Amino acid sequence: MKTDTLIEIDHVTFGYDASRTILQDVNLRFARGKVTAILGGSGCGKTTLMRLIGGVHEASSGRVVFDGEVVDARNQKQLYQLRRRLGMLFQFGALFTDLSVYDNVAFPLREMTDLPEALIHDIVLMKLNAVGLRGAASLKISEVSGGMARRIALARAIALDPELIMYDEPFAGLDLISMGVAAKLIRTLNDITGATSLVVSHDVPECMAISDHVVLMAAQGRIVAQGTPAELMASTDPEVRQFVRGEPDGPVKFHYPARPMAEDYGLGAAR
Amino acid sequence: MNFIQGLGAGTLSILRAWGHAAIFFVGLMRVLPQAMRRFGLVITQIHAIGNRSLVIILASGLAVGFVLALQMYYALVTYGAAESLGLVVNLSLVRELGPVVTALLFAGRAGTSLTAEIGLMKAGEQLAAMELMAIDPRARVLAPRFLGGVISMPLLAILFSAIGILGAWVVAVGLIGIDAGNFWSIQQNKVDFWRDVVNGVIKSAVFGVVCTFVALYQGYETQATPEGVAYATTRTVVVSSLAVLAMDFILTALMFSTP
Repeated sequence: MKTDTLIEIDHVTFGYDASRTILQDVNLRFARGKVTAILGGSGCGKTTLMRLIGGVHEASSGRVVFDGEVVDARNQKQLYQLRRRLGMLFQFGALFTDLSVYDNVAFPLREMTDLPEALIHDIVLMKLNAVGLRGAASLKISEVSGGMARRIALARAIALDPELIMYDEPFAGLDLISMGVAAKLIRTLNDITGATSLVVSHDVPECMAISDHVVLMAAQGRIVAQGTPAELMASTDPEVRQFVRGEPDGPVKFHYPARPMAEDYGLGAAR
Repeated sequence: MNFIQGLGAGTLSILRAWGHAAIFFVGLMRVLPQAMRRFGLVITQIHAIGNRSLVIILASGLAVGFVLALQMYYALVTYGAAESLGLVVNLSLVRELGPVVTALLFAGRAGTSLTAEIGLMKAGEQLAAMELMAIDPRARVLAPRFLGGVISMPLLAILFSAIGILGAWVVAVGLIGIDAGNFWSIQQNKVDFWRDVVNGVIKSAVFGVVCTFVALYQGYETQATPEGVAYATTRTVVVSSLAVLAMDFILTALMFSTP
């Protein structure tokens, strides 16, 4: 029986090495069929969390549960079966630069299915049309802009109609028009396909506009707050307010921890 | 005590690196059948790795043939053995220079290209994207390149030796005036197909495995930064060249230990 939760992060701790903990005892649930945004500053572990869901890394402790099944990064067969159910949009697209736009979108279809080329052709054009780039099918990757590359990567990510679409910084480096287009696409695709969307970003307005649920994450994966966009916008918590308003100083300090300034300038000894 | 600790740590580090490379090699061997089933990908790589190395291989082979004929003639004529020039050039090229120089050129031309390509694919998250599409990048990206390199190397070495012998013929017959019939007949009589030619081809196939594996391993394990890719590319040339020279000595001792 399907539950409302598609992904469960259960007491997950992870570090790339023993001396550096990226995520510390993180607990989260992502609802099926919804757009969830994980907001947080650079380096707080948002992308790492996404990679744990995809089984790229294995949690040091705790477990990641995908649709009732524990993700085991060491079990390649199970992992590949799970990955067939998800699509991921990488920060800079991760498009194959030796292939055309068309071939990039066709890539997962050719590799993962036995569909005839005529059907692949129709699916590719349909996916490209969904992101507004059907006319760019014959272009080389070197000929497309950053915003177009992101949309092509999105078309590739949805080529196999995944149940979960993960977006890693989908708005980073985009101009305002491209950002608006990307935001609209995420919401529209989610509504049309019924997939679950997970958006990792630090662009507050775009995420607030398209998300059903927002998680605000701080260093080491500490969950500062979560709720609907309206709840977070109305929050009186100083840390939440600082983040959603983009204030340079507050609970998250502007300055990196340092000795007192007088000591650095040698003024302490003169007194 | 510090010296012993350092020695132990260094030894463990080397063993760890060798172990890691060995596990990587076994993993690559396991996915080779998948690449064999999609031979179109291998053919694309033979074109990319082999065909695009042709110019440097043929130009080098011709130059080596020219020089070898001249140098050998100066040495042989002293002993009145100038008629043996064709044989000496042929054996030098087929047994040694063909496989070794081709491998060194291959490491510089195709090896660096492979390392940079794989390294940049890693830096651009293309390999990670494949992983998350449930496509094994070792099977889809590395295995076809490995087979392409292993198949290309002996072919390139054969071409190197062939063009070298032709170059030597131009110098020996056209410039020095050695009898053309003598130049070819001594080769026909004295060069053994299995012992000389086939062993040379086996050597170059081994070098193909070594050079292509080193290039792919360095690219796949590179740090995904511009400095990392630059360092990996340099290591490909250094490690491949040293490995080829070491393997050449071992193979020569095994293949040609009796006169």
